[in-house]
Amino acid sequence: MTVPAADFAIVTEGLTKRFGQQTAVNSIDLAVPSGSVFGFLGPNGSGKTTSIRMFLGLVQPTSGTVRVLGERMPDRLHTVLPRVGALVEGPAFYPYLSGIDNLRRYDSADRYASSRSRSARIDSALERVGLGNAAQKKVHAYSLGMKQRLGIANALLRPRELLVLDEPTNGLDPQGTREVRSLVGALAAEGTTVFVSSHLLSEVAQMCTHAAVMSAGNIVAQGTLAELRGVDTARVRVLTPDADLAVETLRHLGLAAERSHMDGTATWVLAPVRDEVAEPETIASALQSAGVRIRAFSVEEPSLEERFVALTGEGFDVVQ
Amino acid sequence: MSSSESARIEVIPDRRTAGWDLLWSELSVLFRRRRTWAMLAAVALIPILLAIAVRLSTSTLAAGEGPPFLSRVTQNGLFVGFTSMVVAIPLFLPLTIGVVAGDTIAGEAGQGTLRYLLVAPAGRVRLLLVKYAGAAAFCLAAALILTVAGLLIGAALFPVGPVTLLSGDVISVPEALLRSLLVAAYVSLSLLGLSAIGLFISTLTDVPVGAMAATVVVSVVAQILDILPQLAWLHPWLFSHYWLGFADLLRQPLDWASFGTNAVVQLCYIVIFGALAYSRFATKNIQS
Repeated sequence: MTVPAADFAIVTEGLTKRFGQQTAVNSIDLAVPSGSVFGFLGPNGSGKTTSIRMFLGLVQPTSGTVRVLGERMPDRLHTVLPRVGALVEGPAFYPYLSGIDNLRRYDSADRYASSRSRSARIDSALERVGLGNAAQKKVHAYSLGMKQRLGIANALLRPRELLVLDEPTNGLDPQGTREVRSLVGALAAEGTTVFVSSHLLSEVAQMCTHAAVMSAGNIVAQGTLAELRGVDTARVRVLTPDADLAVETLRHLGLAAERSHMDGTATWVLAPVRDEVAEPETIASALQSAGVRIRAFSVEEPSLEERFVALTGEGFDVVQ
Repeated sequence: MSSSESARIEVIPDRRTAGWDLLWSELSVLFRRRRTWAMLAAVALIPILLAIAVRLSTSTLAAGEGPPFLSRVTQNGLFVGFTSMVVAIPLFLPLTIGVVAGDTIAGEAGQGTLRYLLVAPAGRVRLLLVKYAGAAAFCLAAALILTVAGLLIGAALFPVGPVTLLSGDVISVPEALLRSLLVAAYVSLSLLGLSAIGLFISTLTDVPVGAMAATVVVSVVAQILDILPQLAWLHPWLFSHYWLGFADLLRQPLDWASFGTNAVVQLCYIVIFGALAYSRFATKNIQS
């Protein structure tokens, strides 16, 4: 697959990192479309952070290539990274400096950041993450959630084409998590590509347009969320005492219905549905007119969770 | 706040700056740290304690007893600075340099700020240079503070007048002050080699305390090697060999020979350990 690099914010080819005998990242081919909110999923220890460190030029690949914003990394790091905001493996700050002085410190390391606009940019980044009032406090007095916000503010010091956020909601309360989600949405609406790593499926499901799943150093799936879910495998579930009749009726409609488990005196009947075969409402009325007594009826999108557990195997979240 | 209404953001970077901001930032972070001031305060205490001890003691020293210049302190307060320099240079100053130089990269790595500096991006070479400049600034600050504290306490507790040099010549007070500054410059120069070693060691680890201790150990080992006569061939190449050579700056006419030799030796250490630090750090995997 050859595509113009500009359409992708991050492209890797055969990207591999070995530490001694251990292969942390095993020949991954990742393509993050520009303008997407890209979820990078995987259990802890699956190689997400090592991959991110390679994207940002912190770790040298053993083999393979990374292009970020169309440029080779780490060779073009000096021109690429000023256009990238990053939160890597949790926030890190000078505990004896205030929040604002920490951001000053990081901003002064960027040769493309003008010192004239520094104060204004820092203030607006702090406002954006809701830390305006704590700006003068020393960071050692910050809670984990406040540090997390400050880390995000650091990524937002300048307008960025790409944001790489590694576990951005770690340590945040539900309120903070929602704020991060809406912030990511707002940034994406402005045109920034957001690359979010997470071990939380629900988070990715709520924020992202695309995702890739990593397991033990390999990418086991990637694509749009719909592709990952498998759109055409939604299924209808019917709870009824008239299981045989229900199965027969559904098969008449062209659905591959099957009896599932008993629930009290009734039985669950399951059938994969395709919109082009039958709309759920058609199915429901067909069942009723056939005289099937319905105790429960639902159409289920396959959950991402099922899909990811299938992809990554047992113990998806065990290590967290 | 939103910088663009279009679907794809075009980030037009500000013009590339000369990049001095990072140096100012480094100096301000270094000199706003309480630890730095605690060490500088301890440095300043050396001449103060020394002067008070000499003032309070009733026994007079025979010439040549105790550290060099000590016997002259009671006659001329300007000697307090010189004497405390002699006292501080073998252990105390290397200890503080070990802390600052050993902390340069390892300290940032240990607290995780290194990865954020590098993705800013600070640039690895630039960061090394800035870190080294910070350590060098600390050397200068320590030597100056010791000198100034020595002059002040000397003037407060003892008579001050024209200074009789080692060569027997007498120089005026302003000239003696100038010589004091020269001695401070000599001492800070002397510590630059050790700073480069500390910078290199600091690139090897993410544990700052380890790098600090190793740097101090290196300075002690160098001084031990320097007193073993069997290793006489090695002595001129030890970074610590000329540490006490500033006595030459107290002769008339001024003898620049040891200043020059010292500068060459320190420069060799800066080049060698700077190159080692670069080769280690330029491609290091930042895992911290």
